[in-house]
Amino acid sequence: MSKRIEVRDLDVYYGTFRAVEGVTLTIEPRTVTAFIGPSGCGKSTFIRTLNRMHEVIPGARVDGEVLIDGNNLYGPGVDPVLVRRQVGMVFQRPNPFPTMSIRENVLAGVRLNNTRMPKQEADELVEKSLMGANLWNEVKDRLDKPGSGLSGGQQQRLCIARTIAVSPEVILMDEPCSALDPISTLAIEDLIEELKTEYTIVIVTHNMQQASRVSDKTAFFNIEGTGKPGKLIEYDDTTTIFSNPSVKATEDYVSGKFG
Amino acid sequence: MTAAPARIAAKKRLGDTLFSGAALAAGTLILVVLAAVAIFLVAQSIPAFLVDPAEIKGSPDSFWSYVGPLVFGTVWAAALALIIAVPIALGISLFISHYAPRRLAQGLGYTIDLLAAVPSVVYGLWGAGVLAPAIQPFYAWLVDNAGWFPLFTPPVSGTGRTILTVAIVLAVMILPIITALCREVFLQTPKLHEEAALALGATRWEMIRMAVLPFGRPGIISAVMLGLGRALGETMAVAMVLSPAVIISFVLTSSQNPTTIPANIALNYPEAHGIGVNVLIATGLILFVITFAVNSVARWAVSLRKEFSGAN
Repeated sequence: MSKRIEVRDLDVYYGTFRAVEGVTLTIEPRTVTAFIGPSGCGKSTFIRTLNRMHEVIPGARVDGEVLIDGNNLYGPGVDPVLVRRQVGMVFQRPNPFPTMSIRENVLAGVRLNNTRMPKQEADELVEKSLMGANLWNEVKDRLDKPGSGLSGGQQQRLCIARTIAVSPEVILMDEPCSALDPISTLAIEDLIEELKTEYTIVIVTHNMQQASRVSDKTAFFNIEGTGKPGKLIEYDDTTTIFSNPSVKATEDYVSGKFG
Repeated sequence: MTAAPARIAAKKRLGDTLFSGAALAAGTLILVVLAAVAIFLVAQSIPAFLVDPAEIKGSPDSFWSYVGPLVFGTVWAAALALIIAVPIALGISLFISHYAPRRLAQGLGYTIDLLAAVPSVVYGLWGAGVLAPAIQPFYAWLVDNAGWFPLFTPPVSGTGRTILTVAIVLAVMILPIITALCREVFLQTPKLHEEAALALGATRWEMIRMAVLPFGRPGIISAVMLGLGRALGETMAVAMVLSPAVIISFVLTSSQNPTTIPANIALNYPEAHGIGVNVLIATGLILFVITFAVNSVARWAVSLRKEFSGAN
């Protein structure tokens, strides 16, 4: 199911303000890629361009190409709705639908395509998705209870279950652990390790230990100052970025000398 | 056994004392007012329930056969008004909150608020003077072509001043309040939930159905109840449009129309004396009970899915 992502010379704008400039990188299938960098450097903005969620904000737009297995997401005639069905996203704060039960939350995305799914098939998908998100054992007895009654870490895994239920090709995670305690964070990190065997995963994180623990490759973003666009400084194997980076700014950042 | 250490209570500050006193007084006042109204209604109504029905205007069999058609007219007119107004109000508020460009949305919002400020007597004048004559040919056409349908049984009203005209006027009156409240509710939908829906590949309409409407459901119900309250209690617009008959009839286009409790009170009160006043007040008590019942049902409906409100 996983696909290669190629980004070519991408500029991202909010109105006339250029937030991210000239990003070119290639993400291999079945890998975890981490985006790190100081606040405001555009890494969250950039990850949202990979499933066309960026343009949800009024005035936001993109120049350049994002290819998933050779198909340009920003090509003419490409429906952003269909793009988002292939590229799932997990957000910074857990956001299960409060008006839906745990079961309905998992099925929310599937119901968009296939409203008449037989009950047995739906049950199997709920179980498979919750298993895939390591949540099944904790919630199997209360599938009809509201998703908002779970703990933060459970809610985030519910969101991951909801995302993988639609069988996306890529999963984007925008600081998925920043609102969670260390134990829940560990659970999500273990889960990322497992999901990697099936999906291409891109994760934004502020936690450098997390980037070094979970990712195969790391991209370091930086800005020169307020009002300047963010840029991709260095993109390499995670071990290289953390032990022997080729750019001074990267070394300073990962060793904690600035930021 | 050790003695529990003496706990020091927070000191009473002057501001706290004043404010808690003021809040308590305000809360008590509303209960006192409500109780005063209820006591007045009940006390003044009792003679009407006990009197010989022959003394009631129109000499009905009993008080209940006098008030029955009025209750029916009140509920029927309000229900029709809601059927017309609620879908339109939801459409307008969704357009303002999620579809319209920001500047247009702002202008529309002001216009809606302005509509809410038009006095009801103006709507009554418009209904009787403009809407009724203008819509009469349409009623005639309906009765000619769909007369077999029980709601449009002939004969048609020659003036257009029917219960349906009343319902349309009421719908226009309650539209702004429902729209304004729903718009506020829809704007409160957390961005987080909207983005969750969009990221799953929902179109805008699907996003509204997944995130906005379920989240706003308690607010929508409250808004509809406020609109219904205004429709049930509306006096002038109904009194000016309708020429009432004592009748229970679902027909929308006839010249024989049930009237509503408030309009009936307004029309008859100036000439009422003695037991007649008590009878009118008793109908007011019935209206009070209806409104109370409707609100309780709405509260119950909201509480049904409390777990899923997202408040936890």
